[in-house]
Amino acid sequence: MSAPHTPAPQDAPEGDHPPLTASEKSYLPSIVKGIGITLQRFFKPNFTVQYPEVGPYDYAAQDRAIGEVNPRHRGEHILVKDEQGREKCVACLLCMAACPALCIHIEPEPAPWDDRERRPKVFEIDMLRCIYCGYCEEACPCDAIRLTPKLYTPTTSRTERVYDKERLLENNPEAQVPQRPRK
Amino acid sequence: MESVLQLLFTDPVIGLIKGLLVIGVVLQIVPLLIYLERKLSAYMQGRLGPNRVNFVVPYAVPGLGGLRLVPGSLQPLADAIKLAFKEEIIPKDADKLLWYLGPFLAFFPIATALAFIPFGINHWDALGSGVIVDLRVCSVPISVLLLFAISSLGVYGIAAGGWGSGSKYPLMAAVRASAQMISYEVSMGIAVLAAMATVGSVDLQQFVVHQATQDFVDLGFLTLPNWLVFSQPLAALIFLVAMFAENNRLPFDMPECEPELVGGFHTEYSGLKFALFFLGEYAAMILMCSLFVTIFLGGWGSFWDTDAWGVFGWVAVDPHATDGINAIKSHLWFMAKVMAILCFQIWIRWTLPRFRYDQLMNIGWKVLVPLALGNLVLTAIAGYFLNPIGVGQ
Repeated sequence: MSAPHTPAPQDAPEGDHPPLTASEKSYLPSIVKGIGITLQRFFKPNFTVQYPEVGPYDYAAQDRAIGEVNPRHRGEHILVKDEQGREKCVACLLCMAACPALCIHIEPEPAPWDDRERRPKVFEIDMLRCIYCGYCEEACPCDAIRLTPKLYTPTTSRTERVYDKERLLENNPEAQVPQRPRK
Repeated sequence: MESVLQLLFTDPVIGLIKGLLVIGVVLQIVPLLIYLERKLSAYMQGRLGPNRVNFVVPYAVPGLGGLRLVPGSLQPLADAIKLAFKEEIIPKDADKLLWYLGPFLAFFPIATALAFIPFGINHWDALGSGVIVDLRVCSVPISVLLLFAISSLGVYGIAAGGWGSGSKYPLMAAVRASAQMISYEVSMGIAVLAAMATVGSVDLQQFVVHQATQDFVDLGFLTLPNWLVFSQPLAALIFLVAMFAENNRLPFDMPECEPELVGGFHTEYSGLKFALFFLGEYAAMILMCSLFVTIFLGGWGSFWDTDAWGVFGWVAVDPHATDGINAIKSHLWFMAKVMAILCFQIWIRWTLPRFRYDQLMNIGWKVLVPLALGNLVLTAIAGYFLNPIGVGQ
């Protein structure tokens, strides 16, 4: 056995490696060992995740398995709802200001409720522009926007990748998306 | 009825049928082999391999609807269709004649050499007509020599393709391939010489008859047949190693050493010409494995005799019978052994890393050739003392 950085291992048996024995020079014992290892590997379960038939969610829902997306992975956004089913967002535009990719577009309107002045009339995130940095999540004073570990879903057109408010709220249900652990 | 069959089964007709059968079966084994190679390698590496292209049971079938039959099994077909529609690119500096000749020279000698492999029993009473058929395409008494002579021509295809590409990497690969195949043919030839001395014949069918009709040793619980792998283990090992080099398979795949030579001798080839190189390579694998099986693993002979217990006895081949069932059994035994050796080749490929070129030459000339020569001398001496009258007869 020679380290990969050792030059011309055949002609320089000294150094930090002892000279090869006769059985090592014949290669046969290590070949037999090697084919034993590949045979064992052949009968072990394999690591492949059949994405997208088996999404990372199916794994995340079960015990942590190979191929699971890290629960702290920054994926698609959600708009969080409060106890009465209304969006928490007060349309302060802080996330829009914090966004380095300029992918958030918000149009505020007066809120019909007493506890806040404004709510978003339009809340759009262009998922193609988004760099999933999570700054919007940090900037939000109301914990209204969050990133989930959900990987983005492929679409056939660019317009489908611009998520509107309904889509972002629909994305929300905790039942589907495991919550990212908070700091 | 019998007279009609006898009139029909003339030598040219039977030869044609056997030839079409052999080439057809080999061409069908190649996709199977490609599928096997990809699947086995995948499982050895903890992957799944191709599992998308396959037949699906229609959803109308209750219970089984949507069931995928052998996932990925149509992948070789998809690959072939893809290759057929690829653009053929001819390099500007290509030597046109050699460029076009290369893929054909790589495939046809291998396909020709397959004619000498006995793929079944040597005397089959064809459909009970009284015509005795030898189950190999070309029944010549010097088939070992002819086979080696013709299969060695396969390297010209690689050399012509590499040279004709007008590109440096294929040229390097062609030079390497020629040197490697010539080197390993020496030790392989000498290993087979020892086997010839043991059998006392240069006829492949005689090799099988020798191995199928006698017992090597009775261990009490098990009787080993007289396979040359037991009586000539060293020759078998040398042949096995040289076989990998001859097929350019992975511990010795210098001619297509990807990290150094891009894609090796077929770097510049695309489309169906590349497919023909691919086909030739896998056909050569089949050829060499059937040769190994024929010479060292008893060819179409069975491991146990017909007097073995129960179903084992029924499965065994009787080397003296002439009926059709026996012929089919002998062919199945041959195919099973060949498939086992092919799987072994794939297994080795995905186990061992590539040797350096100087290591390759050292193994070939400094290890295998002296070992093979020593084995030949030992065989000669042992043959003189054990059987002074006529070895193997």
